[in-house]
Amino acid sequence: MSTDIRIKNGLSINIKGVADKELKKVPLPTQLALILDDFHLIVPKLLVKEGQSIKRGQPIFYSKSNEEIKFVSPSSGVIEKITRGDRRKIIEILIKTDKKDLKVKHKIPNLNNLKKDQVVKLLLESGCWPFIKQRPFDIIANPDEKPKSIHVSCFDSAPLSVDFEFILKDRMDLFKAGLDVLEIICPKNVNLGIKKSQTFFKEQLSNYKSTVFEGPHPSGNVGVQIHHVNPISSGESVWILKPEDVCTIGNLFLEGEYIPTRTIAVSGPPVKNPKYFRTIIGAKIESILKNINFQKNQSLRLINGDVLSGKSVGIDKFIGFYNNNLSILKEGNHFKLFGWIPFINNSVPSIYRSSFNWLSSSKPKEYDTNLNGEERAFVVTGEMEKFFPMDIYPMQLVKECMIGNIEKMERLGIYEVAPEDFGLIDYASSSKIEAQTIVRNGIDFLIKETL
Amino acid sequence: MDLRGLVEKMKTPFDKGQKFEKLYPAFNAFETFLFVPNHTSKTGSHIRDAIDLKRVMITVIIALLPALVYGIYNTGYQYLYQTGETFSTFDAFLHGSYKILPMIAVSYIVGLGIEFAFAVFRGHQVNEGYLVTGLLIPMIMPVDIPLWMVGVSVAFAVLIGKEAFGGTGMNILNPALTARAFAFFAYPTYMSGNQVWVSEASNVDGVSGETILGMLAAGNSPEQYSVMEMFIGSIPGSIAETSTLMVLIGAAILIYTGVGSWRIMVGSIIGAAVTGFLFNLWGANELMSFSWFNHLIVGGFAFGVVFMATDPVSAAQTLKGKWIYGLLVGIFCILIRVFNPAYPEGVMLAILLMNVFAPTIDHYVIEASVKRREKRFNTKLKTV
Repeated sequence: MSTDIRIKNGLSINIKGVADKELKKVPLPTQLALILDDFHLIVPKLLVKEGQSIKRGQPIFYSKSNEEIKFVSPSSGVIEKITRGDRRKIIEILIKTDKKDLKVKHKIPNLNNLKKDQVVKLLLESGCWPFIKQRPFDIIANPDEKPKSIHVSCFDSAPLSVDFEFILKDRMDLFKAGLDVLEIICPKNVNLGIKKSQTFFKEQLSNYKSTVFEGPHPSGNVGVQIHHVNPISSGESVWILKPEDVCTIGNLFLEGEYIPTRTIAVSGPPVKNPKYFRTIIGAKIESILKNINFQKNQSLRLINGDVLSGKSVGIDKFIGFYNNNLSILKEGNHFKLFGWIPFINNSVPSIYRSSFNWLSSSKPKEYDTNLNGEERAFVVTGEMEKFFPMDIYPMQLVKECMIGNIEKMERLGIYEVAPEDFGLIDYASSSKIEAQTIVRNGIDFLIKETL
Repeated sequence: MDLRGLVEKMKTPFDKGQKFEKLYPAFNAFETFLFVPNHTSKTGSHIRDAIDLKRVMITVIIALLPALVYGIYNTGYQYLYQTGETFSTFDAFLHGSYKILPMIAVSYIVGLGIEFAFAVFRGHQVNEGYLVTGLLIPMIMPVDIPLWMVGVSVAFAVLIGKEAFGGTGMNILNPALTARAFAFFAYPTYMSGNQVWVSEASNVDGVSGETILGMLAAGNSPEQYSVMEMFIGSIPGSIAETSTLMVLIGAAILIYTGVGSWRIMVGSIIGAAVTGFLFNLWGANELMSFSWFNHLIVGGFAFGVVFMATDPVSAAQTLKGKWIYGLLVGIFCILIRVFNPAYPEGVMLAILLMNVFAPTIDHYVIEASVKRREKRFNTKLKTV
C-alpha cells in the first residue's frame, strides 16, 4: 500500500563532497563514549564506576524519570572516565574497549507469538529503547504510553544526505525483522516514508505500509511526513525511529544481542575522499578520520548529523547516538570587505538572486560556517513559510516560543514540530534568527510547564 | 597596515570596559559597513545563506535608483519646459539635483542620527531599515517642500512611527508614508493643491503644476498629456512617483532578486484594475470615466504598490495574507481617488489604511489554519 505526496515548499541544498557509495569497515575503536547531550532532557543515574569492566549491552545508566529506560555499553571494555561539567552534570562516559567481546545475552524470543508488553520489556532491558523517540517534543519515547502510530523515514533529504538504501541493502533481513517487531507494538500502523526514486526499497518493503514522497528538503524529515500522513493531535504521541536503529532492534530479536552497528557517511567540501564507514555507536572520530584525506591548512568544523541541524563536535570526540553522518565544513571565520553588496562575493550561495551564484545552481557548492551577516530584528516576512511544508505558520510559532505563550504555541501547532524542521529557516533567515534554538527552548518550556 | 588591521586598531577604545564602550553600536555600524564580520554559526544551522538585512536593503535601494534618477531629471524638465527657455537634458538634471540632493541629505542626516542615538541608548545594533526609508521620504515629497519640513517629517516618522513601537521590525505603519502623511496634514499648503508639484510653480508666472489626478478631481480632462507621457513619467507629481516605466524596472529588480513580494504587487494591480474597470462602466464623473489602465500609470499608484505596500514589516506577514492585502490596497486606492476629491491621490491613504488592517488579515489567515488543526484534532482547545 502506498500513496504519493508531493512536498512543494522547501529547498534542496547541493553541497560539494557527498559521500561516494563505498563502504569501509572500521576496526573496533580503542575508545568510545556515550554523549549525554544526545539524550535530550534525560537525567542520568549511573550504574557503574570508573575503572569497572563492562560487557557489551550492560546498562551504564538509567533515566531518573523512568528507571526502566536503560542506556547500555556499545562494546565490552572498561569505564575509563566519567566527564562532568558544571554542577557535576555528566557530559560523557568514556569506555576503553577490549577485544574480549563479553556480552549480555538475551533469550531469543519467538516472533510469532510475542505480546506488546514482552517486546517493550526486551527493548527496555536490552538498551534499544533510546532508539525510539516520540513526537511531540522530540524526546525519547515514554514506554508507558500507547503510540498512535510509528513512523520511519527511509530517506534523508538534508544537505549531504545519507543514502539509506546503500546503508541497509546488505541487512534487509534485519530491517524487516525490526519492522515486524514494531508491528507488534503498533499493529498495522508502522508507516514508512520512501522517496520516489528508491526503487529497491519500494520492491523490498512492498508488504509494509508506506508513503512515497517527492520534493525538496525537508521532505525526508519524519515530522513533515507525519504531518502529511497522520498528523498529531494534542494528547497523542507518535513514535519515530531511524532506519539503521530498526536493524539493531531486528538484530536483537533474531540473535538476542545488542549490536549497535553504525554506518557513518563522512562528507563535506573539505573531504577529498568522502565515503561510508561502518563502525559502532560512540566510536572515536579519530578512528574514522584516519581513513580520510583533507584539503590541508584549514580550520574545520565537524558536525555530528547534517549541516542544518547537527551538533558541532571536536576532532578528539565521538560519533553521536543517532546520526548517520559526520559532516565536515570549513570554518568561515574571515572578514569579507563590502561582502553585503549584491553581486559581490559570488562564491557564497544565496536563495535570493542577489549574487551570480544562482547561474550555476545545479553544480554542488562550497559552503562554510560564516553567518554572512549579523542578527537583526524580524523584517522580511513570509520568508519562513517558503521553507516550511506544513499547515503551520512558522514565524508566528517562533515568536510565541520566544514569548513562551503556551496556549498560543499549542494553537499554532507546536505538537507537530521538532527543532530539525526549522533547519532551513535558520539557513534562509535574512535576520539570522536561530529558529531551531528558539523552538527547542519553547518545547522544553512547554514540557516543564505542562508535564 | 591593511584596512582590516586599521579597523581592528580603531576598534579598541570601543571594546568592553573601554572609554567609548557605550558607543560600540555606532562603531559597529561603520565596521560592518566595511566588512561582513567573521562571525560563524554557533547554534542552529551550520551553514547560512549569503543574504542579510544589509543586502536586502541595498537591493531595494538599487531598485529605487531608476525612479530617483528619472525623478531628478523630471523635476528639472517640468520647471524648464514650462518657463519656455531652451534647455538641455544636462540642465534638467542640474536643476533637479540642486532641488533634490539636499532633501536626501537632510533625510539621511536626521533619520540616521535618530537611529544611531536609539541604537546607542538601547545598546543594540543599528538596523539597516532606515537606508531605504531615508531615500523613500524625499522621493515621495513635492519638490518645493522646505528642507526643515523634510527634517521634521523624518523625525516624526522615525520617533513616533518606528521607535515608539520598538524599532525596526515592530512598526505598524510604513515609516516613509508616515512621514508623508505627517507633512500632508501638518503643512497642507506645501503638500497639495495646484502649485506645489512643479519646482517654483508659485513664484514663476506661467508655470502651472497641476497633477493629472488634480485636474480630474476638478472635473477637467487632462488632454494635454498622452498615455505615453503618463507611462514614461514626464508629468507633474511628487519627485519620483511619476515614471511608471522606471518603477517597473525597479519592480523587476525586486521580483527577480526575490526581495520584494510579487504577491502584493500583482494583488494591488488586479484590485486597482478591476475597481477602475467597474467605475469606467459607471462613469458618473471625470475620475470614474478615467480609463482603468490610466489609473494604474498616473499618480503614485505604481510607486506606492511597488516600494511602499511591499514593505515586509508593515504589510501582511503571511503569504496568503499578502495577496489579500495587495488586492485591498488596489481597491481602496481607486475608491479614495474616485470618492474623495479632497485627496485626489489615494494610494498613500490606502496603504496606510491597509497597514493598520494587515494584522487583522494575518489573524484570519492564521486562524483558518488553527481551525483546520482543531477540526482535525477534534479536540476543544480554549479560544484565546
